[in-house]
Amino acid sequence: MIQFRNVKKSYGKKTILDNLSLDIKAGEFVILIGPSGCGKTTTLKTINRLIEPDSGEIYIDGKDITKMDPVKLRRTIGYVIQQIGLFPNMTVEQNIAIVPKLLNYKKEEIDEIVHHLLDLVNMPYEENAKKYPSELSGGQQQRIGVLRALAASPPIVLMDEPFGALDPVTRDSLQEEIKKIQKKLGKTIVFVTHDMDEALRLADTIVFMNEGKVLQMASPEEMLQSPAHPIIKDFLGKHMNNGNDAENMVASDFMRAKVLTVPKTKKTLECIELMSRRDVSSLIVVEDDDTYCGTVSVDKIKAQGKAGKEIAGLVTMESMTVNRNSNAQEAFELLIASPTGYVVVLNDDNTVAGLITKTSMAKAMGEALWGEMTQ
Amino acid sequence: MSYSEFLTKHFNEILKALLVHIEIVFISVGIGVIIAVPLGIVLSRHKSIAKYVLAVVGVIQTIPGLVLLGIMLILFGIGKPPAIAALSLYAILPILRNTYIGITEVDMHYIEAAKGIGMSGNQILFKVELPLSMPAIIGGLRLSTVYIISWATLAGMIGAGGLGDMIWTGLSSYETKYILAGAIPAAILALVASALIGFIQRAITPKGLRIRR
Repeated sequence: MIQFRNVKKSYGKKTILDNLSLDIKAGEFVILIGPSGCGKTTTLKTINRLIEPDSGEIYIDGKDITKMDPVKLRRTIGYVIQQIGLFPNMTVEQNIAIVPKLLNYKKEEIDEIVHHLLDLVNMPYEENAKKYPSELSGGQQQRIGVLRALAASPPIVLMDEPFGALDPVTRDSLQEEIKKIQKKLGKTIVFVTHDMDEALRLADTIVFMNEGKVLQMASPEEMLQSPAHPIIKDFLGKHMNNGNDAENMVASDFMRAKVLTVPKTKKTLECIELMSRRDVSSLIVVEDDDTYCGTVSVDKIKAQGKAGKEIAGLVTMESMTVNRNSNAQEAFELLIASPTGYVVVLNDDNTVAGLITKTSMAKAMGEALWGEMTQ
Repeated sequence: MSYSEFLTKHFNEILKALLVHIEIVFISVGIGVIIAVPLGIVLSRHKSIAKYVLAVVGVIQTIPGLVLLGIMLILFGIGKPPAIAALSLYAILPILRNTYIGITEVDMHYIEAAKGIGMSGNQILFKVELPLSMPAIIGGLRLSTVYIISWATLAGMIGAGGLGDMIWTGLSSYETKYILAGAIPAAILALVASALIGFIQRAITPKGLRIRR
């Protein structure tokens, strides 16, 4: 449908498109992605000739677009930009009707198109058609921006980071809508973004560009499985399959390292005071040489302890322990089985390394799955 | 003779001077618009020459009114034509500058969107750029009109008529009543014209630009 053949473009000494060749199939949702300055927006804008390449050819349905009248060409290609660009002096209806009017559609036909399109995004005609863009929210404005691009039923729609300026919730719902619309109307959409989430969510095919070249062109699934370049891996980041890493994880990866220990010579009341200040219900007790001795719980001290006595007699070994280099899965199973709700992690010399709690486990799992957590 | 007697006696004279004054202002500003708006549009398409043209027009603006009238007197003789020629030149700058700035300051993404969806250059001009810069252009017109109403009083000196006639008569005969009979209507005319154009400015500002959430 759209073919790039050896397309080159440079500004001064800077090469923007480096001998780019690319085939986009009809009816596909194609996402151009890559780091800033990779040429993705330039590629998009050469399709409707907002940017003219220095050399090479671009064909749409086999026709060389450089030989077409650019104004006529653009009327057959929808165009949506990040800044939305609805004309503030025109109503919603007038904005949607621009291209059909330029193409001299009949008035009744235009009315029908406007009604139909507003229905498509659940913005009833009666409530919205006569409003001005400044009366709409950002999400509504961009919906109208998309409708304006669709109004004359162009087979191809170009979108230049259309949802980049929207808040996450609005972006989500617009992504969903555009995907539905694309499937329903069978459009070929070429969509520029730098957001890998968006790309994985929407694309049939992702074209990953860097320095004016295509590094990889693949379905989201394929790209996730075998990214062709370290840069792509970086971009995929948190989406990469971490299955192999999980097997290599050990107990110490899951633990909270800073834990409070007390010597077994500590007195009962001191321990209770300490626990209430730290808001915990038990303490890890260590021998004089810092090796693990056991744990003591607040209930036990209250039930059996005498004020002013050492806690040594109250220490129990009921808590599970695990070596810091044990397999993570083993630690996980112990945690679930542990009567105290935590597992004590020991170093090779039997000193205390840390504590695995359900919270520390959940946090570590989250990070393994989705990357660094903020909390 | 009291002032009110003076006014009654000379009412027709003052009214006639006022009408001539309005005529001179109207024609001069009209010529100014006809030259300045298209020139502003052309300059917005050729920004590299714009600053030179604006500089030249700016220099014209600094020529003292009397001197310019003198030059026009030499070129066109006595009467309305030289006065109108001089005042038209003065009228150009505010309108030209506002037209140029109004168009060049239309947000780039409106232009990109307009181009991207297939508007031709003229369509972008008439459907997007001019409507969006209309408030600025009318603002320039308003400024010009107020200036020209005041400067047109000088035109009486070279026999163009208007309220300037009354003022010059008063100045040359030490007759304050004549001076006031020319100056007060001119001041009122300036205020009324400014208010009227302000009203027009609001009325033709595209509705979507007036609504702010």
